[in-house]
Amino acid sequence: MTVNPDWYLALGVVLFSIGALGVLVRRNVLVMLMCVELMLNAANLTFVTFARMLHDIGGQVLVFFVLVVAAAEVVVGLGIVVAIFRRRSTATADDLHAMKG
Amino acid sequence: MAGLLGTLTAASTATHASWVDVGTFAVAAAIVLAGAVGVVVARNPVHSALMLVMTLFGIAVLFVLQRADFLAAVQVIVYAGAIVVLFLFVIMFLGVDREENIAAEPLRGQRPLAVALTALGATGLLLLGQVSAWTTGAPHVAGPDTGQSNVALLGKSVYTTYLFPFEATAALLVIAVVGAVVLARRPPAAAEPVRTDESATPEDRADAPGPAEGARP
Repeated sequence: MTVNPDWYLALGVVLFSIGALGVLVRRNVLVMLMCVELMLNAANLTFVTFARMLHDIGGQVLVFFVLVVAAAEVVVGLGIVVAIFRRRSTATADDLHAMKG
Repeated sequence: MAGLLGTLTAASTATHASWVDVGTFAVAAAIVLAGAVGVVVARNPVHSALMLVMTLFGIAVLFVLQRADFLAAVQVIVYAGAIVVLFLFVIMFLGVDREENIAAEPLRGQRPLAVALTALGATGLLLLGQVSAWTTGAPHVAGPDTGQSNVALLGKSVYTTYLFPFEATAALLVIAVVGAVVLARRPPAAAEPVRTDESATPEDRADAPGPAEGARP
């Protein structure tokens, strides 16, 4: 008898919520990207838990793809941060109001 | 979620091995949550990145606990070894590794509202897990029990059932690399410098000597 999967799902919910809270309250773009990583990891944990519960390796394959997409997202996101910083010398989301009405 | 208390009562009568599982889960969950809270509340972005490493290692331990050995290794190599290093590299490169005043609240009432909305969402998800039929399955080891290792199962699945998505991710990675190079490239010095809209007044635009026609490559 191992740990009940419900515990893993509850942990995933809490982790996702902390990540979402971080995206909402932090203003540093780099920290916001890290909080997105937290949310992706919560989803990964849920996928692996369901793969174990449902006898299906497909959940683990999906985690593999999520990892690849996360890597691509971080690369492009950090490239955008560097490009913005080069023009504005800021990494704070509040200062990026060029399209504000 | 109905079995949360059941786990405790079952564990009290179970064998020694299950206590190892429960204890490992508790320690790893504590590490994951402490790291996640640290990412959000750390004032220095470097500290946030290091807290993120802590969370990722905790998740890797939880993957091992659920018989996802290959994913645990990939998690450590790709996330802790590549993504977080990339974060730290950009933080150092831009020189934004100074303390940030997170006590200041630019939008009045935004922070309590964010906490309330997040708590509402978390409660909703936990209730959804309790009322739905998804969590009624008995715990099993991952994958069909064919005696194969986790790596063999995953590899066979990736190269047969999920072959097309696998190829698509390869294309995605190439596109991401090209996009990162294009974004990070400095504009050539001969080209007209790109103005920010705030620094350019109408007189500036009228008086600025534009590049001669045909001067651009």
